[in-house]
Amino acid sequence: MLAFTLRRILQAIGVMLAVGVIAFAMFRFAGDPVNQMVSIDTSAAQRAEIRHSLGLDDPVLVQFAHYFINALQFKFGVSYQFRLPVSSLLAERMPATLELAICATLLAMVAGILMGVYSALRRDTILAKLFQAVSLIGISLPTFLIGILLIYLFAVTLGWLPSFGRGEVVKLGWWSTGLLTVSGWKAIIMPAITLGLFQMTLIMRLVRAEMLEVLRTDYIRFARARGLTTRAIHFGHALKNTLVPVITVAGLQFGSVIAFSIITETVFQWPGMGLLFVQAVQNVDIPIMAAYLLMVSLIFVTINLVVDILYTVVDPRLRATVSRAT
Amino acid sequence: MSDAVVPHRSEDNAQAPRGGAGWLRSALDSDIFYSFRRSKLTMVAAAVTVLFFLLAIFASWLAVQNPFDPAQLQLINSRIPPLWAADGQSPFLLGTDEQGRDVFSAILYGMRISLAAGVSGVVFAGALGIVLGLIAGYFGGVIDTIIMRIADVQLTFPAILIALLVNGVAKSVLGNRLDETATLGVLVIAIGLSFWVQYARTVRGSVMVEKNKDYVAAAQLIGLPAPKIMLRHVLPNTMGPILVIATINLALAIITEATLSFLGSGMPDTMPSLGTLIRIGNNYLFAGEWWIVAFPGIALAGLILSINLLGDWLRDALNPKLR
Repeated sequence: MLAFTLRRILQAIGVMLAVGVIAFAMFRFAGDPVNQMVSIDTSAAQRAEIRHSLGLDDPVLVQFAHYFINALQFKFGVSYQFRLPVSSLLAERMPATLELAICATLLAMVAGILMGVYSALRRDTILAKLFQAVSLIGISLPTFLIGILLIYLFAVTLGWLPSFGRGEVVKLGWWSTGLLTVSGWKAIIMPAITLGLFQMTLIMRLVRAEMLEVLRTDYIRFARARGLTTRAIHFGHALKNTLVPVITVAGLQFGSVIAFSIITETVFQWPGMGLLFVQAVQNVDIPIMAAYLLMVSLIFVTINLVVDILYTVVDPRLRATVSRAT
Repeated sequence: MSDAVVPHRSEDNAQAPRGGAGWLRSALDSDIFYSFRRSKLTMVAAAVTVLFFLLAIFASWLAVQNPFDPAQLQLINSRIPPLWAADGQSPFLLGTDEQGRDVFSAILYGMRISLAAGVSGVVFAGALGIVLGLIAGYFGGVIDTIIMRIADVQLTFPAILIALLVNGVAKSVLGNRLDETATLGVLVIAIGLSFWVQYARTVRGSVMVEKNKDYVAAAQLIGLPAPKIMLRHVLPNTMGPILVIATINLALAIITEATLSFLGSGMPDTMPSLGTLIRIGNNYLFAGEWWIVAFPGIALAGLILSINLLGDWLRDALNPKLR
């Protein structure tokens, strides 16, 4: 157990090192940082001076060590387009992305579990079939199309919800939240649905499959024989046992939600890290791209590590269920 | 989806004609075609997919104008709603956009780009994945460990993120002023690099089973070189699952290309794919000109849905365990 945990931690560090090398290579070799910082009429001597002051004429290994040590302190250099430190740009936009991702995940879990339970218990009703159709659409439609459709319906035609931005934002220290104002809540509804739809279909299918499987087991039959009410059997016994894999999948998917928020944030002009990243890709702002890559990798690697270790603690059987569902 | 398949007997098997027609007959008699005929949904999906491909291939004959030749556009024709609306005008079936571009023609040309990017992306990803999977499975050892470790790491990241990064880095290395064909090439490479893992894993798995069989030993004994054994003897026995992955990946590749173009880092406005058309049309949504974005969106959704349905069916039909 200890050996396994240590090995997984070492592996995670290895992955982060590899991603760090990629990020550094992007930072260093894709586009000359000096050319991005100077104007056309800067003399060669001045360029050499900047090059020296940035440490760009050190050996590559030394530069990597510098980059690595800076990254550990969350110093990712200066953005080419904003002329501001990347870390402060990311920190400013992280609350928006995290709020959106958490709302989307919660929405996906609540709606997905309800729909999954219903379509498992009442398999042949029209509503259950409708849920199945919705889940097929949720998997087939590209995220941005769903977003555009929602905007057209609820913002353009009905005028109920705002089509872009976060609404009014309240500052709590360094964290800015939109969840304390009415306009903030209105603004987050459509992005959260758009972002959560794919996870919702995933969770719904998983809950449905798990429920159907659990309802066939002996202990459910025994519970029936004991004369428990249907409600107690379905929700107290069956649902409870399907929740562990659901929470695992939702946790594993949280990284993907943050990555996919790139698309949702672009559609709704949501001022988060994803939008920053898309603008960085368009403007070839390598420091932001490299820092975003590192941040997202860190989130992914941490989640995977925690889940992997929890598996062995909780229940080895879960391994099969989760790998099937993802 | 997979209906219970009863062993199918053709009444005139004995008198099947020889030669080319016999090949066709045996294909029509096969289990796969039988399960195809049993599923109406699959037939519809196949018909829609074929229709989309034909529309894309014959775009230049079917379109009323070449939407990317400025000489053929007239501003007087701009912002015309679809034909059935009150102000619709012939020959603009689905209306026109801000620059007097016929939306229907733009969709045909855009579909061509989307399908070209999707198909080449899948072919590139497949080729890369198959070669790496063959090498990893056939040689094993350190090479195997390295390739599969990279695959494991890459699998934890969503493909769209990798495609965006590859695209961004390629642009910064090659300079931001690429022409349209080069942009398409970069997109294909980005898609290929984000989807190769599944092929490599599948091929490696099958190769590790196949390479211990007698026919491989026999081929090694008569002194065939390793590449020849891998490509001519081992590979054909791993093709079934590859085909399924390729079909499902085609839908994913088209989505990825459309997403990149929608985000503004894919095809430029001068040679738009369906994703670019949706991005352009999205700007006119608030002006009430819904048709500029709606029809490319419907075309993209229909294309992806039908390819997905085909992929689901193919997976069930080729998997004997589900019968």
